[in-house]
Amino acid sequence: MSTVVAITAGLSETSSTRLLTDRLVESLGRQTGDVSVEVVTLRELAHDVVDATLTGFASPRLQDALDKVAAADGLIVATPIYKASYPGLFKSFFDVMETDAVIGKPVLLAATAGTARHSLAIEHTLRPLFAYMQALVVPTGVFASTHDWGAEGAQALEQRIDRATAELASLLKGAGTGRSRDDEFDLFSETFRSIAEGPRA
Amino acid sequence: MGSMQFGIFSVGDLTVDPTDGSIPTENDKLKALVTIAKKVEDIGGDVFAVGEHHDSGFVPGAISTLHAFIAAQTERIILSTSIAHITTNDPVKMAEDYATLQHLSGGRADLVLGRGNTGQVYPWFGKDPSKGVELTIENYQLLRRLWDEDVVNWEGKFRTPLQSFTSIPRPLDGVAPFVWHGSIRTPEVAEIAAYYGDGYFANNIFWPKEHYIRLINFYRQRYEHYGHGTPEQAIVGLGGQFFMRKNSQDAINEFRPYFDNAPVYGHGPSLEDFQAQTPLVVGSPQEVIEKTLAFADYFGDYQRQMFLVDHAGLPLKTVLEQLDLLGEILPTLRAEFDARRPAGVPDAPTHANRVAARDAKLASEEVTA
Repeated sequence: MSTVVAITAGLSETSSTRLLTDRLVESLGRQTGDVSVEVVTLRELAHDVVDATLTGFASPRLQDALDKVAAADGLIVATPIYKASYPGLFKSFFDVMETDAVIGKPVLLAATAGTARHSLAIEHTLRPLFAYMQALVVPTGVFASTHDWGAEGAQALEQRIDRATAELASLLKGAGTGRSRDDEFDLFSETFRSIAEGPRA
Repeated sequence: MGSMQFGIFSVGDLTVDPTDGSIPTENDKLKALVTIAKKVEDIGGDVFAVGEHHDSGFVPGAISTLHAFIAAQTERIILSTSIAHITTNDPVKMAEDYATLQHLSGGRADLVLGRGNTGQVYPWFGKDPSKGVELTIENYQLLRRLWDEDVVNWEGKFRTPLQSFTSIPRPLDGVAPFVWHGSIRTPEVAEIAAYYGDGYFANNIFWPKEHYIRLINFYRQRYEHYGHGTPEQAIVGLGGQFFMRKNSQDAINEFRPYFDNAPVYGHGPSLEDFQAQTPLVVGSPQEVIEKTLAFADYFGDYQRQMFLVDHAGLPLKTVLEQLDLLGEILPTLRAEFDARRPAGVPDAPTHANRVAARDAKLASEEVTA
């Protein structure tokens, strides 16, 4: 059984981002029965995230969310797009995360916005962030603007959702990148060895 | 001095008092540090430590000078650092400065060494900030040899080589000042402490205990790995932070403006959340006793407990009142820690007990020879 954490960054209650997250979770369940999904709602952690950026440590409930992300086999990440990019709360959540928390994890990227003009925001803002964090980003990103929730766009959105979750389900079955975070200190690094053995020539 | 040492550590910050907008001058603060140190001796405390800083907004740039002045006016307390920069100070100068302090104070000098917390300090001392860990390792290797060997031939990456060099004065009674290594995030520093069988100090003020537990456990395991003893015999020091009044609510009301505007955590979490999540305790003397005693449950029985009290703009008068209250609870803290202490956990290091240990070791070697 794989575990997936769905991080949803919609700032209003019953946001379209949450709606898209639920659709992705439901679709992933149809692709594979072998997965359990937990949703993390960033709005509920907003104050904790700001506090952690100031103090350098996470409150117990934020730490709980960070631990779930670090322990997950894969992630679904959904955010609204404001001013051509993800909102500060979304970035701050990843800023307070350990640098190596998502190394090698399959990550499905999804975004919502008021108009289709933001449709490439996944490619030019989200994808570089997760490339930096060395996640294994699912090739299909799922973008939904107001248009996609109407009669005309609904079917295309449905297809994109299913294509992306099928890719995620396939990656979850595989061996990933073969790398993941390493929880232990590396006792055999050059600097560690130099403590007992003197500097390397 | 008993099995455990208690003391005060300061970073010597010049912070605005948020309740009246006043700020101490450098002269005020330097003299306040001397007053606080003498107060530590008066209340029956064991250690006074100051953290080396070179940034504006702080005063302790020349700690061995400050400590020499304090040593001349005290008789009992150990003078330590919190921390001294092993990265940017020349190990030759450190060996001589602190050996001089050790002689003049009658063996009351020890050191907590660390990297130093800001990158901009390195170039002020001609060092590369990207080489922090390497400088820590090389400089400490040299400092150790300068104290432990009478004649040193040495070559490294970061300073000119030494040929047939003897640092002066030689350590008092042939036993160098005890060294602790302090770090809040670098496992290599815990490894250095373990390798040399030195002490490890966790500042234990800003973050939840889980963070420090991981580093202290690592140090204890590596201390055993290098053959210095069991993990329980490793030498651990901790920081802590309190504000107390006889009535808990008075302490909270008085400390809140200082907390809310403090340089490190101000404008962030509430005082209540921060107390629940970190070692900070604001309350009655009994609450301070209970929270402090619990440290031994989390980190294992340990040797030195230091408290930060003169920060965030708190006026000297208030700091001295805090020390009076600490003096009142010290007998209870000592008795309670001793009562729970298993046999085999070593006493806190002093010059006297380290000289005695060295002599006992030499005597037993003569018998076997």
